[in-house]
Amino acid sequence: MSGLEAPSYKIMNTKTEEPQPFRLHSVISTVADRMAGSVFILPTVLALLFLSIFPLIASLYVSLAKFDIAPGGFKLTLVGLDNYKKLFVGSEGTHFLGKFASSTPLTWVVFGAVVIALAIFLARYLLLTRVSISGLIGRILLTLGLGTLTWMLVHTLWNEGRLGTASTTLVYVFVGIFFQYILGLSLAMLTVQRLPGRRFFRVIFLLPMMITPVGVAYMFRMLTDTSKGPFTPIWQAMGLGDFSWVNNAWGARTAILIGDVWQWTPFMFIVLVAALESQPTEPIEAATVDGANSWQIFQHITWPAILPVSMTLILIRLIEAFKIVDLPNVMTNGGPGTATQSLTYHAFINWRALNIGGSAAVAYMLLFLVTFFAMIFVNLIRQRTVETL
Amino acid sequence: MKRWFQSKSINTPSPVGAVLSYLVLGFWALLILFPLYWLVVTSFKISSQVAEGPFYIPFVDFQPSLDAWKYILVGDLSRDTIRNFSNTLIVAPASALIALVLGATAAYALVRFEYRPRVGAIWTFIGCVVLSIVTISLGVPWQVALAVSAAVFIILLQTIGRQFKRALGNNDIAFWMISQRMLPPVAVVIPIYILFQRLHLLDTYAALIITYVTSNLPIVIWLMRDYISTIPVELEECASIDGASRYRIFWSIVLPLAVPGLVATFLFVLVFTWNEYLLALFLSSAKVQTLPLTIVAQNATRGPQWWNMSVLILIMIVPVIVIAIVLERYITRGLLIGAVKG
Repeated sequence: MSGLEAPSYKIMNTKTEEPQPFRLHSVISTVADRMAGSVFILPTVLALLFLSIFPLIASLYVSLAKFDIAPGGFKLTLVGLDNYKKLFVGSEGTHFLGKFASSTPLTWVVFGAVVIALAIFLARYLLLTRVSISGLIGRILLTLGLGTLTWMLVHTLWNEGRLGTASTTLVYVFVGIFFQYILGLSLAMLTVQRLPGRRFFRVIFLLPMMITPVGVAYMFRMLTDTSKGPFTPIWQAMGLGDFSWVNNAWGARTAILIGDVWQWTPFMFIVLVAALESQPTEPIEAATVDGANSWQIFQHITWPAILPVSMTLILIRLIEAFKIVDLPNVMTNGGPGTATQSLTYHAFINWRALNIGGSAAVAYMLLFLVTFFAMIFVNLIRQRTVETL
Repeated sequence: MKRWFQSKSINTPSPVGAVLSYLVLGFWALLILFPLYWLVVTSFKISSQVAEGPFYIPFVDFQPSLDAWKYILVGDLSRDTIRNFSNTLIVAPASALIALVLGATAAYALVRFEYRPRVGAIWTFIGCVVLSIVTISLGVPWQVALAVSAAVFIILLQTIGRQFKRALGNNDIAFWMISQRMLPPVAVVIPIYILFQRLHLLDTYAALIITYVTSNLPIVIWLMRDYISTIPVELEECASIDGASRYRIFWSIVLPLAVPGLVATFLFVLVFTWNEYLLALFLSSAKVQTLPLTIVAQNATRGPQWWNMSVLILIMIVPVIVIAIVLERYITRGLLIGAVKG
């Protein structure tokens, strides 16, 4: 492929990313060696191009079309942005965005606070650092995006508003990751101590992530059954015997969040254990000799050291968390109503109703949402690593 | 009494600290083990014992029965179970292995070689892919469309592609590869289904393996890239001074040093492919069904057959527990060292 130039034989110093010149001359100049760069990377590039990019573009095409069964299979008729319009202002509007309540002082306060924070953020960028076109565009998009999301959340969370699938997914992702990280970090810090039996704990803590997600979903459905599940005596003792969390929007969402946190805390846990264990002990020993207590050690030594890892970890988990579908599907069938539906679930039921165009449109909105937050995070990470260099 | 609060050394907690730690760790272990215990107990129940309320301890609360186990392993469902289990046993390690091979070589390339694909070339490529898709869906036979698009791409590349001098770097390529995980499977599955249908590959091992490999390549690249970057460059430079080719260096020096990372990554990906449900649901129907589909199939019209499901989930967990034990040792020994040193 003439798109890739033949790689230069500069072995990269990966820390500072300057190519170090080779210390020898032209010993390696056989044709095969010249091609090594392409040979190593082309299979992966081709595989990803054909089976990731192609479906992406084909899906975009489908989302701009209407699907119909026709003799000989199916046919797609282009309808432009119809499917997307339906999601925002059309029949699927309340399903996707939620039912907007009227503005109250509380919503104005919260929205105002977020707007002020974003304005300060933009102002600092414009005034304090060198402005570049791409940086400016990126930050404006960030401000607009976060502003609209806050507007949506603020108007659907309280009063008579109802959360749409987009907001529900955001709740699952951010609340879930928050608890997964806190729990993972606490457990990691405890398991890093030299306690006898800690390997046993580590293996056990690793287990939930290893069970097939549909299995976990059915298991939690069993556990949370208020009439037949193992916690029934406890519910009844607390007087909740007749309360069915399935019929309460936030109760159902909490149940799904509990299942999600149970299943994915091990992921945070195991990476943080690796991070904490690879820390050099000299700074900590020196600090203890100087009289620092454990909180100070954590704040000034441990936390800065694990911050880069944590951000990458949260990014990876963020990307995966947006795709949640098994728990809402199995535990509550998306109910009550549409309260626990995630975006993938929304796309799934559109697909089941043979509204393939609508399904692809929802999937694309999910892709935009994930990319939006992932880009924010990646830039945050890049800023951090630049600052610490 | 003061000694109860003093720790003996760095990293060893004080007696009070140890007790508190054990309490918290024990509590969380209980939270993890109790649902699994409930699965085991449910697998020994029959439908009336599940419907009438919670029974906790076999032989004390209720009479356990081997009905569910017999049904799944030797009874009516056994043929399906054994077939699906062997399907999973074939598909998961095969796709993990292929993903590992492709991903590790690409990761090594991203760490040691310097790529500069030009932006112009990339855009023309994407443009030609779009062209080919549009013409195919307009009815042109795919061989013609692909040939024409390839020709257009090569022509455009030599003319317009050269205009844009800006090039991307290794990190951009790596970011693009890792960002493939952002694609929601639900967006990707319909075109892939149609693609495999046209190629008559539906319900074959090939379809599942190909799809699993591409969806797990990003993970392999993420993990292996960080791991390989911790292998010192000097070893390779010495070898190349002695005259080894790049392939030889990769095969004889880098790979043996990277074995712990390779094993751990393999296990990671194996767990993902073992448990995968959505793609298997779409791409397999009769011959290559995998076990997660059998679990969901137990959700009959009469209601979920909890006892059968528990048996199946437990069967799926057993190999994975072994993997977890091995994986824990590798991870704490340093799979994520590269990622961790950032």
